[in-house]
Formats: sequence, C-alpha cells, structure tokens
Amino acid sequence: MRYSGFRVIAEALTGHKGWKPVWRDPAPQAEYDYIIVGGGGHGLATAYYLAKEFGQARIAVLEKGYLGGGNVGRNTTIIRSNYLLDGNEPFYEFSLKLWEGLEQDFNYNAMVSQRGIINLIHTDAQRDAFTRRGNGMILNGADAEMLSRDQVKAMYPFLNFDNARFPIKGALMQRRGGTVRHDAVAWGYARGADMRGVDLIQNCEVTGMRIENGRILGVETSRGFIGAKKVGVAVAGSSSKVMAHAGMRLPMESHVLQAFVSEGLKPFIDGVMTFGAGHFYVSQSDKGGLVFGGDIDGYNSYAQRGNLPVIEDVAEGGMALMPAIGRARLLRTWGGIMDMSMDGSPIIDKTHVDGLYFNGGWCYGGFKATPASGWCFAHLLAKDEPHKTAAAYRFDRFLKGLMIDEKGQGAQPNLH
Amino acid sequence: MIINHPILGPRDAQEFVYLGDASLIDRPDGMTAGIESFHDYLYNRDNPAGLHRELWYHEQGDRSWLVVTRNTVSHEITSVELARDVARARGRSK
Ligand SMILES: Cc1cc2nc3c(=O)[nH]c(=O)nc-3n(C[C@H](O)[C@H](O)[C@H](O)COP(=O)(O)OP(=O)(O)OC[C@H]3O[C@@H](n4cnc5c(N)ncnc54)[C@H](O)[C@@H]3O)c2cc1C
Repeated sequence: MRYSGFRVIAEALTGHKGWKPVWRDPAPQAEYDYIIVGGGGHGLATAYYLAKEFGQARIAVLEKGYLGGGNVGRNTTIIRSNYLLDGNEPFYEFSLKLWEGLEQDFNYNAMVSQRGIINLIHTDAQRDAFTRRGNGMILNGADAEMLSRDQVKAMYPFLNFDNARFPIKGALMQRRGGTVRHDAVAWGYARGADMRGVDLIQNCEVTGMRIENGRILGVETSRGFIGAKKVGVAVAGSSSKVMAHAGMRLPMESHVLQAFVSEGLKPFIDGVMTFGAGHFYVSQSDKGGLVFGGDIDGYNSYAQRGNLPVIEDVAEGGMALMPAIGRARLLRTWGGIMDMSMDGSPIIDKTHVDGLYFNGGWCYGGFKATPASGWCFAHLLAKDEPHKTAAAYRFDRFLKGLMIDEKGQGAQPNLH
Repeated sequence: MIINHPILGPRDAQEFVYLGDASLIDRPDGMTAGIESFHDYLYNRDNPAGLHRELWYHEQGDRSWLVVTRNTVSHEITSVELARDVARARGRSK
C-alpha cells in the first residue's frame, strides 16, 4: 500500500477502514539466500537495499525481539557528516545524501529535518582543529561553515557565552545536518523490505551458527535451524555475543549510552548543538521536549540502563552551557548498548568464514550511518566486494596499522 | 557502584578510572611474541555478557590498580583484588 495525501483524505472519508498492517508476520522458511541477523536500522536497511538496489531475493531478517526495539529506537536521532578522516567522511556524506532522498525513496514520512548542527568552539586551538575538519568535509563534498561568536549569539542568545572555563568563541556548522524520526526509519525500511518480499521474522534469536569446512550453512535460532547461503550480522551492542558463535573475538567492547528528555517546552532550540568540552549535546523534539545526552557510562555493560553519576555529569554540562535548562524537569532517561570499537570507527567486512559477513562497531554514532551502512553492507553481501565509501572499514586495519581514529585515543573504547 | 577496595574498604566507583579487560595484564613478550599475538592482545576482547574481570585505577585515592570481577549485566561486583597480587600470581614482575 502506497501512502499519499490523497490516500489520507480518502481514508478519512471512509472511516479509516482501508489501512492494513504495514508488514506481514511470516513463519521462517527452511532456507534463504540471505539471512540478516538483527532487525535494527542497519539490518532492515541492508535487507531493503539488497532487494531494491541489488535485485536479490529470498531474504530474511531475524530479530530476537521486535523490529526497532534496539538502538535504532533509543538514539537521539542526530544525522550529520562532519567527520575529518578520509576513511570516514566520504561514507558519512554518502549517508547524508541518502537521507536527503530517503522519504521519497521508501515512500514513508521519516521526518528528516535538516535543521543544522553546530559544534561549539572555546579556544583558538579548537578553532584551528574545527577549521581543518570543516575543510576536510568540504573536500569530500559536504557543507561546512565557521560561525563567529556573534553569529552563534544571534541563533542562541540564551547560552552562557562568558562561562569562565569554556567561553563560547564560535562554532563549526553543518547546515545539512539535523534530526530524523528514528522509529520511522526502522518502520520505513521494514515496510519497504516487506513490500519487496523480504521475510521479517521477529521473536527469533540467533543462538548458534552452523559452519562446516569453513563455510556457513545457516543459523540456529529460538525458532529452529534456518539455512542460508550468506549470513550478514548487524546486531550493534550484541556483536561480540553473536560473532562468538563463529569463534571470533572482536576489536570491540559493549558500553551503555544514556539519553534524556525534558518536559515539553515552547520552541527555543531550532537546531542541534554539541558542547564537546562539557560532554553535552541537545536538540528540541517536535513535541517540545529537550532531547539531550553526553558521555557513555565508561565501563563494559550489557544492561540497557545507565547509572546516576553520568546523569549528574550530563546535567552539569547542560547547566554550564544553558542555565535555563535548570528550570526544566526531566521526564525520561534510558540507555542503549553501544558496540564501541577500538578506534571509534565501524567495520563492514567479510570474515574468515565463507558466507559470513559482519557489520558493527558503530559506537554512539550509527544512526546517521543507517542508510549508507545498509547500502554498503548490501553491496558487500551481493557482490562480495566492498562499496568504495566503506573500503576502509576492514577487520585487518588494526593489524596493518590503518586505524581510523577520529579522536586519536588509541585502543581505549571508553574514550572514543 | 561501590568498589570494595582491599585496603581502603568501600569506595565510590566515581573515584576510579576504568581501563578494561584484566587480560591486559598478560602482555606478550615483545622480543618473542609475533605481531599476531600482539594484535590480539591490544585490540581483541572477549567482551562477555556476565562475569568480567577488569582493571580499575584508583586515581582519586591511593593510586592502586585493582582487578574487579563484575557482572556486566547486573553490575554486581563479586571480588576485588590488587592488580599487583594478580599479576605476581601470574608470574609477572619476578
Ligand atoms: C542513547 C543513544 C543515543 C544515540 N544517539 C545517536 C545520534 O544522535 N546519532 C547517531 O548517529 N547515532 C546515535 N546513537 C547510535 C545508534 O543508535 C546506533 O549506532 C545504531 O542504532 C546501531 O545500529 P542498529 O540500528 O542496527 O542497532 P539496533 O537497533 O540495536 O539493532 C540491532 C538489533 O539486533 C538484535 N539482536 C541482537 N542479538 C540478536 C540475536 N542473537 N539474534 C537476533 N537479533 C539480535 C537486537 O534485538 C536489535 O534489535 C545513539 C545510541 C544510543 C543508545
């Protein structure tokens, strides 16, 4: 069923009796050409592009819970392509371009809102670093602008510009960055994949892998064995657990990241703002709630909830930047499990097992990557070679010294 | 979280800095180990959901390194040892 303005009016006049479930609920078949493990944003996008762009069929997505119940439904919805390094920026710019055409492409309202993102500057050194990053972005076809203190002040006059420790001296801005309705991304890809014949199988946890003579034959699941010619794993924070079924140890740790929403307020933050020095970032949702967050909790965690010290730290960062936030009440906090990699960058690669492919290591920034990650993973699965924007996201980059470490922190996942 | 320091007693986890898996104690011998084992040591992790032995540094305390055994699902801490003792028991620093 295609959605359109006409359809909404026609349904309104006929008592909304024509709407149907958005996707089927099929039982798993005995065998598929492609099994995608994980029904988050990346898994669903992979299945969608496999069917739509790469003309493949007999595809299933296996999800242990419900579609979109993982990080794709827990993140703070920011999209941007403001990376510095060559391994990253072309990929994230590819993703941003896909976001720009996504709603037309999958015929679903994902509320893609290019409201602009600014990264605040407090020192001359930081201005130099951001100028360099902005130039790197422009060289890769993205947009970037340096804002003066007065320009930032015109946008957000209520910020604490004269904070003694971190006075605001300007910002790096990407106008094409913004936010997207995260659940709608999962639903839109799921619906688009289902319409193209992909079986979306929920409540189906992968509990093992059947591997013989170095080749994958299928996966053991809570709903029995399902055969497959190729298996692609995209399970975010559960990456180490799932890949252990193939005997792999990953360059990854799982950490919890929290997010926060305040009560609804009148509109006063038009775009997205990051205060890196204070470990705080914020945007305002269309319902008026301030959506904000900060650092990961900092130690390995598979608990989908965080601890209080980080809540205090994020609240302090918010108060330092915009004291007005102190008058708002916090409505909700929650957490999601991040697949924090050793250099802060992702992996989209083959494995040592024929027919087994891996997509993960997205850290706290994989939502913006969803379209390109799905596209590039589908490319790898269908063609057995990496997409040109994801060619650097290899397992062996650690062995070869080709890390993509935006922050320069080294093999210390909780610092990326 | 409260970490029951073997010398100082119960301390708030906020006083500590987290490093990661206690397997980092077992650094391969730089003269004899191959590049592959160094790669595994530095970059690859078990990353278990459940019991995890991990290194915490008491930066805002006595500056000791501890090996804390913690459940990564429930955050329950079941044992805390001085990393020095663990390392010596494994034959390091002899
Ligand atoms: C609080 C928070 C804020 C964030 N903010 C941003 C942001 O502003 N911008 C941004 O770009 N990124 C952000 N991120 C990161 C982003 O959400 C993730 O990197 C991204 O969603 C991960 O990919 P995914 O959508 O496929 O993951 P998920 O939605 O987690 O999908 C993985 C799926 O795999 C399933 N699964 C796991 N194990 C199995 C198994 N054995 N069998 C079957 N299925 C399994 C899970 O149930 C889950 O549904 C944030 C994350 C969090 C938690």
